[in-house]
Amino acid sequence: MTYTPPFRLAHGGRLIDRAFQVPFRFDGRHLRGVRGDTLASAMLANGQMLLGRSFKYHRPRGPLASGAEEPNALFGLGQGGRFEPNQRATTTALIPGMVLSSQNCWPSLDADIGAVNNWLSPMFPAGFYYKTFMQPRPFWKHVFEPIIRRSAGLGRAPKDRDPDMYEQAYGFADVVVVGGGIAGLTAAREAAEQGQRVIVLEQNPVWGGRSPVDHRDGEATIDALLADLRGRDNVTLRRNCMATGLYDHGYLLAREALADHDPDRGIPRQRLWRIRAGQIVTATGALERPLSFACNDVPGVMLASAVRDFISDYGVAPGQRIVVVTNNDDAYRTALTASDAGLDVVAIIDARADASGDLPQAARARNIPILLGTGIAKVKGSRHVEGVALCDQSGDGTISGGLDCDVVAMSGGWSPVVHLWSHCGGKLLWDEGQAMFRPDPARPPLGADGRGNVLAVGAANGDLRCAGDLERPEGATMPVWVMPQHAPYKLRAKMWLDFQNDVKVSDVELAAREGYASVEHTKRYTTLGMATDQGKVSNINGLAVLSKALDQPIPATGTTTFRPPYTPLTLATIAADARGEAFQPLRKTPMHGWHEKHGASWEPVGHWRRPYCYPRAGEDRHDAVNREIKAVRGGVGTLDASTLGKIVVKGPDAGRLMDMLYTNMMSNLAIGKCRYGLMCSENGFLMDDGVVARLSEDTWLCHTTTGGADRIHGHMEDWLQCEWWDWQAYTANLTEQYAQIAVAGPKARDLLERLPGSIDLSADAFSFMTWKEGEIAGILARVYRISFSGELSYEIAVPASRGLELWEKLHEVGSDLDITPYGTEAMHVMRAEKGFIMIGDETDGTIIPQDLGLNWAISKKKTDYIGKRAQSRSHMTDRSRWQLVGLESLDGRVLPDGAYAVDEGRNSNGQLKTQGRVTSSYHSPTLNRPIAMALVRHGPDRMGQVLEFPLPSGEVMKARICDPVFFDKEGSRLNG
Amino acid sequence: MADAIATVTPVEGLGMVMIRADLTRAGNAIAEAAGLAVPEMTRITTDGSRSLGWMSPDELLLVLPGPEISEAISALEQALTGEHALIADVSDARAVFDITGPHAGDVIAKLCPADAAALPPDGLRRTRAAQTAAAFWRIENGFRMIGFRSTADYLGLILRNAAIPGSQLAPN
Amino acid sequence: MLILTCPYCGVQAEETELHPGGEAHLKRVGPEGDDAEFESYLFARRNPKGVHFERWRHAYGCGKWFLAARDTATLQVFGTYSAQTPHPPAEIVAAIRASRPDWQPDWT
Repeated sequence: MTYTPPFRLAHGGRLIDRAFQVPFRFDGRHLRGVRGDTLASAMLANGQMLLGRSFKYHRPRGPLASGAEEPNALFGLGQGGRFEPNQRATTTALIPGMVLSSQNCWPSLDADIGAVNNWLSPMFPAGFYYKTFMQPRPFWKHVFEPIIRRSAGLGRAPKDRDPDMYEQAYGFADVVVVGGGIAGLTAAREAAEQGQRVIVLEQNPVWGGRSPVDHRDGEATIDALLADLRGRDNVTLRRNCMATGLYDHGYLLAREALADHDPDRGIPRQRLWRIRAGQIVTATGALERPLSFACNDVPGVMLASAVRDFISDYGVAPGQRIVVVTNNDDAYRTALTASDAGLDVVAIIDARADASGDLPQAARARNIPILLGTGIAKVKGSRHVEGVALCDQSGDGTISGGLDCDVVAMSGGWSPVVHLWSHCGGKLLWDEGQAMFRPDPARPPLGADGRGNVLAVGAANGDLRCAGDLERPEGATMPVWVMPQHAPYKLRAKMWLDFQNDVKVSDVELAAREGYASVEHTKRYTTLGMATDQGKVSNINGLAVLSKALDQPIPATGTTTFRPPYTPLTLATIAADARGEAFQPLRKTPMHGWHEKHGASWEPVGHWRRPYCYPRAGEDRHDAVNREIKAVRGGVGTLDASTLGKIVVKGPDAGRLMDMLYTNMMSNLAIGKCRYGLMCSENGFLMDDGVVARLSEDTWLCHTTTGGADRIHGHMEDWLQCEWWDWQAYTANLTEQYAQIAVAGPKARDLLERLPGSIDLSADAFSFMTWKEGEIAGILARVYRISFSGELSYEIAVPASRGLELWEKLHEVGSDLDITPYGTEAMHVMRAEKGFIMIGDETDGTIIPQDLGLNWAISKKKTDYIGKRAQSRSHMTDRSRWQLVGLESLDGRVLPDGAYAVDEGRNSNGQLKTQGRVTSSYHSPTLNRPIAMALVRHGPDRMGQVLEFPLPSGEVMKARICDPVFFDKEGSRLNG
Repeated sequence: MADAIATVTPVEGLGMVMIRADLTRAGNAIAEAAGLAVPEMTRITTDGSRSLGWMSPDELLLVLPGPEISEAISALEQALTGEHALIADVSDARAVFDITGPHAGDVIAKLCPADAAALPPDGLRRTRAAQTAAAFWRIENGFRMIGFRSTADYLGLILRNAAIPGSQLAPN
Repeated sequence: MLILTCPYCGVQAEETELHPGGEAHLKRVGPEGDDAEFESYLFARRNPKGVHFERWRHAYGCGKWFLAARDTATLQVFGTYSAQTPHPPAEIVAAIRASRPDWQPDWT
């Protein structure tokens, strides 16, 4: 028997338009389909039944199904950035000029070298990898893993940037109906009639599900329902929209394909819907199961429903001589459809002893031979079905006859699509009569109110006649998990369960014998259901086989967990518009553009971008930092400090709150003065620092670190709202309202005095750690005399909209002073030269102020502050806690940041013991030598001692403990 | 090239005042000083060029033409003398965009996990737009959205992305 | 993904608009507390399978912290309420008892 044309039938095909030819390329060959074809129907219409190779044994594969469950017909689709692997031929619409490539074969689909694995298949049983690559152990890393990595993975990942746009949208509805078949549309109409806001999602481009194919009035019924729904304002119908997963509290994700079929339209290719639904109706239908008979994977063996779909929907004949094999009445529809299309239905092989329903009677009326109590012993043919050997279903596979055919249409019954129901906790029950798991209405997924929020309807609820002719009774399905019932090992080793991953009945039985009693373990051991179809085809058959091998009923075995997405979702769709410039919000100060224009090299600080330094031509970053520091120490520089948090605390109880928030006393800070403060968490650890200014009797302004503003504001509100809610204080995070410029260096005052203004900047009138308000260059400003560089320094806060103006004026009037913008790194080095700590460098969430020699900033008078109690715990007061010191490298090299000082001996893991760690380390251009800060056990008591820091290279660096203030200990420079 | 599904216009020159106070106790004084009725929870009252939005149980946002800001702050401070209150000029802390056109709601729906269609005519919704904090309310033929100044570029970009031609949400 | 109604502004917010804050109704132990009390306050947290009270902040909204009574296993929300309460109020207790008749408050 050979596979012969014509492949496209002369008539029929409700979804195609024969007038429009659609050219496409498959592995370099030029082929043609027609408008409305899927890739699968177009390939079959071209006589191309061989569409892929299985993953493990590289066996030839044709299409098995006609929908989303297809495990075999997977292609690489598109080119360049639009290439996508593992696209299902059965659900991908054919578009003109499409380029398809076959997968998992080399050098070609027809002559695949990997197929040698098929001959070696007895060597690859379940758990092959686990068993084989265990010993010798060193081989794993250097021999086995590289080989496995090279041959593993299905399809290849695209390498180029995806040129398409994607987006997301939020949707809200009282009822979301998933599935646009007869059950879904009927449910939608009922909800709509009650005035509910309804969204209907259909994964396919056409409405109707199976009804138009299986129901004699199907198309008309669907059209009438659609007409009704389209006329309602409270209903939204969305095609090409696949519900991928259901999550807590009615949160449903769905992927809408907008331009998959028209990629150059200039609109987003796909849209991710994030829908909040009061009620979800799953009308997701059912999937047909294969039957497990020997060589059921040969191309030409297809699901019975797929055979009639190809005939009815696309006018494509999967073959000319069809054998139907079934355990139910539904498959008879395939025989009738094929017969209507003029194809030769050789026989219907029915495993049941009796078939007397309307459908079998109709088949008999057409003289289609029906062989009852019969099974397929083996499919003949290797690259294509050539015939079947028959046997008694209740026997051991002894061949009782044979039939020539080129297609086997099989049906092992149907399984409701219960994925969405199960994603969010809905339970299943085993329906013995229909041999299926279906939703247990008593145990639905629950919504926020604790009531069930999912309703399964139609075939998704196990009502299989829904899409069919409702008036026709159908005979009962007979569970058939292995065909024939007593098939010997030789046959069971050729019965495929998972077609893509090559898992056979014998593999699952082996797993059971080896002790894999849990279905989840068996899945991972055998890879059953781990293919791209995620067990849609294989799961139920596999667990039935496992149950039998374990000699327990199917519900005792249960199913593996159903996890989203229902079908694969591209990462680009999940990312949606969050890519490129929109990947993450970039926070920019009012002077951002100036920095950019002046060649700033950026440092990300939270979402902010701050200039790290401003390299000039011929400078690297290190050179630039050194130049900036020298400029500040020798003249004047400006730092954009706008990112510092600025939080106002105001109210009759604000002082009280401030005293709780900071370790030092803030309530007694005089109006007009500033004080450096430390904030700790309730477990004592230093979490933020900054300068506080008392603005008025009842108002304080807290400066926080750049990264800390939102967090500290939240921290303040937390204590105020949840602990001291009777205290009268308000907070306001005004960080973004102000631009802040630090003007630092011995010439800072000279520079500022050049600008017209109302503030007396002289040392006598404006002392260190005070602030003043007034006009500078015509801008209302608040000026703080505070210093993080150790130099004479003014920090000027102006409304954000005036920040750039002031910055530019400063640079204009300071050009002859060699005014230099400096970045965060110069700031870091200068503060380290002064021994000032930096949150995140000297602290890491386990450091208390006492570790850092900051006892002077901890009030002894206050009875309480956040963190005080924790700081008296025994571990916190332990004298052997590592303490802040300075380090001088002995050989003039900069110590690596984070390097550990080793102690004598080894710990219980055999590692060298440690006694300290470098927290900050720089080259100081001011001192022209390396400086470092470190936390060292008993550090402050060990001045002059030398510590050893082993480097990863094996070398050991040495450094001497010293005072952490390296520069201007007296603080004489602060006053310029 | 088709038109964007909505027009996204940056709005400059607005003044904004944050008012934190006990709204029950100080409501009348605020209303008088602001020249607008104190809005109900999650609402915004508008009269001519001024709006007063409900931000939280103890916070209002007065939106007005920039030049009126100093006078408004003085009036509020005076009205709330002796009252525990915090008044702050936040005009420079904000970025403002108007989203207008028949599909303006689609732009909101793509960015905010909030049901814009269900927003009352005088509703104000604080939420997020993609990854940044935002609030929006209705204006003629669309919505006004406020966010933070530092992320103005980001906010403008995601709004324009959400408005690209041909991307309206109605099924086709 | 949870939805919780903020009791301060009535907005039904989704989880991405909220910031979680852990167990509710912790009683602060200050400098006067002994080591055991303080340790319990700082570190001992309930982790029940079932009814639980927790703190949430309507971060992308009105900014208020509020409390929620929730079943950690079924995710049923019994109600949300003001953070300025030392114990769940009577109506929350009633809502819990309506669904979980056997549940007993463990405060007095």
